[in-house]
Amino acid sequence: MKTRSKIIIIVASLLLILTFFFPIWYIDLEAPQYPEGIGLEIWLSKITGQNPNDLDNINGLNHYIGMKRIEPNAIPELTIMPFVIIFMIVFGLVSGILGKRSLVYIWIVLFVVMAAVGLYDFYLWGYDYGHDLDPNAAIKVPGMAYQPPLIGSKMLLNFNAISMPHIGSWILVLTVVLAAVALYLDKKNKTFEVSNA
Amino acid sequence: MNRRYIRAFLIAAAVVVAFVVLHYGCQESKDLTAGDEAGRVYVAPGTYDEFYLFTSGGFSGQIGVYGLPSGRMFRVIPIFSQDPEKAWGYSEESKPMFMTSHGFIPWDDAHHPKLSQTDGVADGRWIFINANNTPRVARVDLASFKTAEIIEIPNSGGNHGSPFLTENTEYVVASTRFSVPIPNEDVPISSYKENFKGTISFISVDKEGAMDVAFQILVPGFNYDLAHSGKGPSHGWAFFTSYNTEQANTLLEVNASQNDKDFIAAVNWKKAEEYVAQGKVKTFNASYFRNYFDEKKHMGFSEQKNTVKVLLPEDCPGLIYYLPTPKSPHGVDVDPTGEYIAAGGKLASVIVVHSFSKMLKAIENKEFETTIDGIPVLKYESVIGGEVQNPGLGPLHTEFDGNGYGYTSSFISSEIVKWKIGTWEVVDRIPAYYSIGHLCVPGGDTRKPWGKYVIALNKITKDRYLPTGPELTQSAQLIDITGDKMKLLLDFPTIGEPHYAQAIPADILMKNSKKIYPIEENQHPYGIKAEKDAKVVREGNVVHVYMSTIRTHFAPDNIEGIKVGDVVYFHVTNLEQDWDIPHGFAVKGMQNSELLIMPGSTETIVWTPQKEGIYPFYCTDFCSALHQEMSGYIRVSLRGSNVAIMYGTGK
Repeated sequence: MKTRSKIIIIVASLLLILTFFFPIWYIDLEAPQYPEGIGLEIWLSKITGQNPNDLDNINGLNHYIGMKRIEPNAIPELTIMPFVIIFMIVFGLVSGILGKRSLVYIWIVLFVVMAAVGLYDFYLWGYDYGHDLDPNAAIKVPGMAYQPPLIGSKMLLNFNAISMPHIGSWILVLTVVLAAVALYLDKKNKTFEVSNA
Repeated sequence: MNRRYIRAFLIAAAVVVAFVVLHYGCQESKDLTAGDEAGRVYVAPGTYDEFYLFTSGGFSGQIGVYGLPSGRMFRVIPIFSQDPEKAWGYSEESKPMFMTSHGFIPWDDAHHPKLSQTDGVADGRWIFINANNTPRVARVDLASFKTAEIIEIPNSGGNHGSPFLTENTEYVVASTRFSVPIPNEDVPISSYKENFKGTISFISVDKEGAMDVAFQILVPGFNYDLAHSGKGPSHGWAFFTSYNTEQANTLLEVNASQNDKDFIAAVNWKKAEEYVAQGKVKTFNASYFRNYFDEKKHMGFSEQKNTVKVLLPEDCPGLIYYLPTPKSPHGVDVDPTGEYIAAGGKLASVIVVHSFSKMLKAIENKEFETTIDGIPVLKYESVIGGEVQNPGLGPLHTEFDGNGYGYTSSFISSEIVKWKIGTWEVVDRIPAYYSIGHLCVPGGDTRKPWGKYVIALNKITKDRYLPTGPELTQSAQLIDITGDKMKLLLDFPTIGEPHYAQAIPADILMKNSKKIYPIEENQHPYGIKAEKDAKVVREGNVVHVYMSTIRTHFAPDNIEGIKVGDVVYFHVTNLEQDWDIPHGFAVKGMQNSELLIMPGSTETIVWTPQKEGIYPFYCTDFCSALHQEMSGYIRVSLRGSNVAIMYGTGK
């Protein structure tokens, strides 16, 4: 690989470090009685409220309808994901330094697989969270489930639940795009060399 | 034939059109006129007023909080009065705030709210207010809208000329409305002239707001009425009106209304500070209390003080001067430049405006009329800046708009009079409904008024609103002062009784307004941080219940092992961390009040059960769809019973 492409791969790898400092995803809950907004931010290693105390207040709200408390300490993905990203950073750096195209292809495929697995896992969590209701809940609406949308918005009783990627996800996308750009630029150069030959 | 019919039809049509235009046109015109004022005070749903207005509650001992221009009431802050809604004065944490040398005093006559200032402009940190009856000054925090401190004033017979602040909140002043022997003792009332004295107090305020009586000045036994501090060139001076310079002790409406002039006392507090530093004070024994609320511990504390520093005018030349002022002067109001000192004499026929620079010159030239107890009385003609003629009857109080005009309330003629500073001519007047006492221009007593409105605070209400029996709330009017002519925009009722008011732009306070107390910062000795920490502990015949509350249950909510005659302390911590979600706590037959606990806070109330049986308790503030289910039981057994302490939730 040409030096330019190597550098792009290395920069893309280092960009991944930012995912430790920005949320990956957010879920907004809009309702008249929360004019200041209430919502969740999902990070690599934690789930927080958008405002301080939002997580506790959402747990308090949801217990009326029997939804389980979100206890970040009890979610194994929040322990696993940081290591996955560290692996991806190291893999990317090694690919960039060695300059092997095959490694970059593998890196990109791993990203796609990781994203697919992550989204599917998120979907499963949402399904369970929204359907597994406490039979002793104070408020029961027959036939109602409270699964937040995977992406997009959905009315759940009087709340409009909005689920969207946050900065961290866009950083992941940017990383993959940069890797693809690096491959493309390298390929272009190769074609040129062949022509010369 | 046809032309005749057509002509008749056209005439009829014209008549109908004319009728419609004249009739409905006039109505539209009326509607438009009415809509102009209504539009000026309309604050659409979900939007905010421009100003906060704080009015004193007088004998209710409170401050009322309103918005302008809507006149909506937002809150009543209990200060010197117990309030069962907030458990103020009933909870163990707030009781210390009511401590005085006369014991626990659960009320007062609260007269003058004053906003704290920086560089002569309201800064929105605190509002101070005086207690007229049991002489005190309170400081209210404007982030929590809660009383933070109350200090008693020793050697005072009644604290009316208070709590006016110096330009940078160095001092809050106080002056005695009633004179008494100092120190107080048993003497014949008829010996008033020989034995009765007054004090002017300077209460220091530190960076966090903590108050201390820095020094007092012993003054003749006149009735001191209102005060204001100087600004700009007159910073370093404070001014106090007085009446009853006749020193009458009976039938004051006649006997205190004989002299053509009473006095404004002018105090050079910078010089006073020098005298204090030089040790020229007399130390008087005096018992008085400073009570303060610790916001981290969520508790009030009371500390007793036993001495006070007093300056004697005879020993301190240059400390204090009297300015002769017609007649029974009430307000003493310093204009934004700090040069003019306007006095409203309740029984005077003019508004007298003294000149600060002339006063200094008169002092320098020793232009004295006489001396009273070591206090020089300056010559009237040497200090007067001007007189406002025809200011209405019974002028009381003046505020300024920052555009060169003063606005004076005239009680007897029930009007506000607008006059020009410097030319002293009256340029406009407007009726007030009825018998206006004080008035308020937002920032009208500071260096930089927000000269958009003046608010009339009236003493008589009569027919302004729907009647409510013999007693009515007081009446206020919002008046526009942006044009040449004052314009009445709105009437709104105010809780009894506003003696004074302050207003400040809402955005100065809004950004600091507290939403919750972070639970992790709660340092209350009986506070808990989580439900699992709830417990019931017996110590002899005292039982401490460490209770938590969160939607929608208490922990514990079943308690057994309490005996008749036990002293039971309920320490209730609100674990909520959501704005505007307090919880209440009330026990059936509770002899004091309920509790109202803010998110993250802990409050304590004491209960002594008198009879065995089952006692329900419950949340008093509606907090969720299951609020009615938020309740529990306490089992009370006979004193000799062997029922053990037992408690829990959900078992």
